[in-house]
Amino acid sequence: MGRDTENLTQPAITGEQLRLLEKLCNAVAVSGDERQVRRLVMDQIKPYVKEMRIDALGNLLASQEKDSQKPLEVMLAAHMDEVGFMLTAEDDREDGIYRFELVGGIDPRWLAGKPVVVGPNHQKGVIGCKAIHLTTAEERRNAFTVEGLRVDLGGGGAKVGEWGTFATPFQKLGGSIRAKALDDRVGVATLIELLKYDYPQVNLEVAFTVQEEVGLRGAKVAAHALNPDLAIVVDCTFAYDLPLQEEDSFYAPENERYNTRLGFGAAIYLADRATISDPRLVAHFVRTAEEKGIPYQFRQAGAGATDAGAIHLQRSGIPSISISVPGRYLHTPASIVRISDWENTLRLIYHALQTLTVDILKSDR
Amino acid sequence: MKTNHISTLLKKLASPPGLSGYEESIANEVETLWQPLVDEISRNRLGSVLGFRQGAADPPRPRLMMVAHQDAIGLMVSGMREGFLRLTEIGGIDHRILPGQLVQVHGKRTLPAVIVQPPHFLLPPEAQEGSVPLSYLWADTGLEEKEVQRLVQIGDPVSFGRNYIELGSDLACSPSMDNRASLCALTLCLQELKGRRHAWDIWAVSSTQEEETLGGAATSAFQIRPDLALVIDVTHASGPGSPSHKTYPLGKGITLGWGPTVHPRLYEIFKELAQKLEIPFKMEPMPRYSGTDADRLQTVAEGIPTMVISIPLRYMHTPVEIVSLKDIQRAARLLAEFAVGLEIDFMDKMKWDETPKT
Repeated sequence: MGRDTENLTQPAITGEQLRLLEKLCNAVAVSGDERQVRRLVMDQIKPYVKEMRIDALGNLLASQEKDSQKPLEVMLAAHMDEVGFMLTAEDDREDGIYRFELVGGIDPRWLAGKPVVVGPNHQKGVIGCKAIHLTTAEERRNAFTVEGLRVDLGGGGAKVGEWGTFATPFQKLGGSIRAKALDDRVGVATLIELLKYDYPQVNLEVAFTVQEEVGLRGAKVAAHALNPDLAIVVDCTFAYDLPLQEEDSFYAPENERYNTRLGFGAAIYLADRATISDPRLVAHFVRTAEEKGIPYQFRQAGAGATDAGAIHLQRSGIPSISISVPGRYLHTPASIVRISDWENTLRLIYHALQTLTVDILKSDR
Repeated sequence: MKTNHISTLLKKLASPPGLSGYEESIANEVETLWQPLVDEISRNRLGSVLGFRQGAADPPRPRLMMVAHQDAIGLMVSGMREGFLRLTEIGGIDHRILPGQLVQVHGKRTLPAVIVQPPHFLLPPEAQEGSVPLSYLWADTGLEEKEVQRLVQIGDPVSFGRNYIELGSDLACSPSMDNRASLCALTLCLQELKGRRHAWDIWAVSSTQEEETLGGAATSAFQIRPDLALVIDVTHASGPGSPSHKTYPLGKGITLGWGPTVHPRLYEIFKELAQKLEIPFKMEPMPRYSGTDADRLQTVAEGIPTMVISIPLRYMHTPVEIVSLKDIQRAARLLAEFAVGLEIDFMDKMKWDETPKT
């Protein structure tokens, strides 16, 4: 109430939102060390929340000013952490060469030949590999393994135990964004935007969670603490919408396993490996999208999970749904999302919250 | 000479893509940098840049050619499907470094893109395990298909995204340090020569297409007909996974090539000069080929006595090539001191033991 948002009809992605997403993506917050993103988020949401706190695991929990007239407590969650690595042993102190282990699901075939940043001061380095001239064709058929690669800081100092990730700078590519950690900074940015608005029947509680990429750990305790009536998880989900290698090739005449597709709008989850979305919430989101003419798609059921997997099983159960921005090449040095998909995701959740009433939980599941 | 001056120069030279055969950007940069350092500057018919400094001796003066190649490895668009680009390589690239690589597609305008490895289910069974060959990778510009079709065509060059990083106090990392590190040394040498007397005519050559044909240095040499040629290139530095017996430590000095490509007398003279100047070096055995412009250059016309000087470089032919600024400085100093030390009758020293006395 009384915030300067009355004249906005619905949220939009403008230069302001893109600049914030850029800051969020360029920050480094590998699971277990989410400080940089947490700090950025706290600065951003301060004007829009009544209280915020950091819990035992590092989740940032915040709520809008509670209005006792509003019957619904809704939890929004997005994870702050990203995949990366930790330096685990010193190979050569003088040269600044370190062994490392991966944090979160990264296919090691994306690692070699990339610039990285390590530690709280973004120490620059690279993951290199032997020159092609010194390899054999046989050797090149085998993929690189983490054990065979090193982080090379070129003599620059770092400490065993420090976290690092890819040093890919945020860049706009026409109507798309290329950046590291779009999973799930795009969700974090969405939550920040949603906090700027009032919702007639809903008291909003937000959880910027930690350690999602290593097993949905932050969300578990956040949901317990917030104890909401229902939860909406905002994440970034895989778009596998690439072409087949050849027409009529190995499996099918077309790519039928795309999970989601760029440019097809907000991705509504029906089921993934960890959660079956509450069908009442699915119906509400679909209805909202149809009524408002917001492009949406169903995320294909299958592997993968979001914080909803932990949240919906807390206490005596919390009806949950995940809504995602589709993203290509998540968990690699450079992912791509389409700005229109992000805007549609933001608007879908905004409108769904506007029309959400206590009745949603009164019907049978 | 301060190393931050070297780093600034190196960054300038490492910035233009200049893929083999598409070298306008780097040739222009070299021309701009060399213009104030030489008496005449021109382009060879294949695109090499030739800088000429007139010697102080009376004509006819002998000619020294110093050459570093300007071209860089990269990729080229070879196909297109649903807005995704298929690529082929220009120069030798280990396909295992490509997934996740930031690139620029030089279409109607320069488009940033990323090279990607398709998900498991979009790979044929034989490519699902192990490394994924280039023939199954795509480049994604993030644009919609119709935009890609408008802006990109088959044959457009694709370069690694430019990203110059200083590592610690002495190392620098960027795509194309092979061979811009050597161009940097050659430019520093010209800066040094500007204030000094040299008897010989000096030709500095920024050669084209080394990575494909070694053709730029050879054709330039035919044009110049030098009495001696010095080739400056990079060699493998030690680093993770690299065999120690085929590599040289970073920042600990340059290498002097030894083998059929190198004139043995010239090697001895360089060795003595490096010792005199206290420039650390290692002999680099090159038992068959040098893998540089020298291989073709030494057989130009009636043959040219040639020397190969190399700067160690870690992770060669990746976008994270690392070199030492100190090593670049050492190479530059050795070149400059050799050039100013050339007496007018130097070629008398280039005789074989068995050369008949006259």
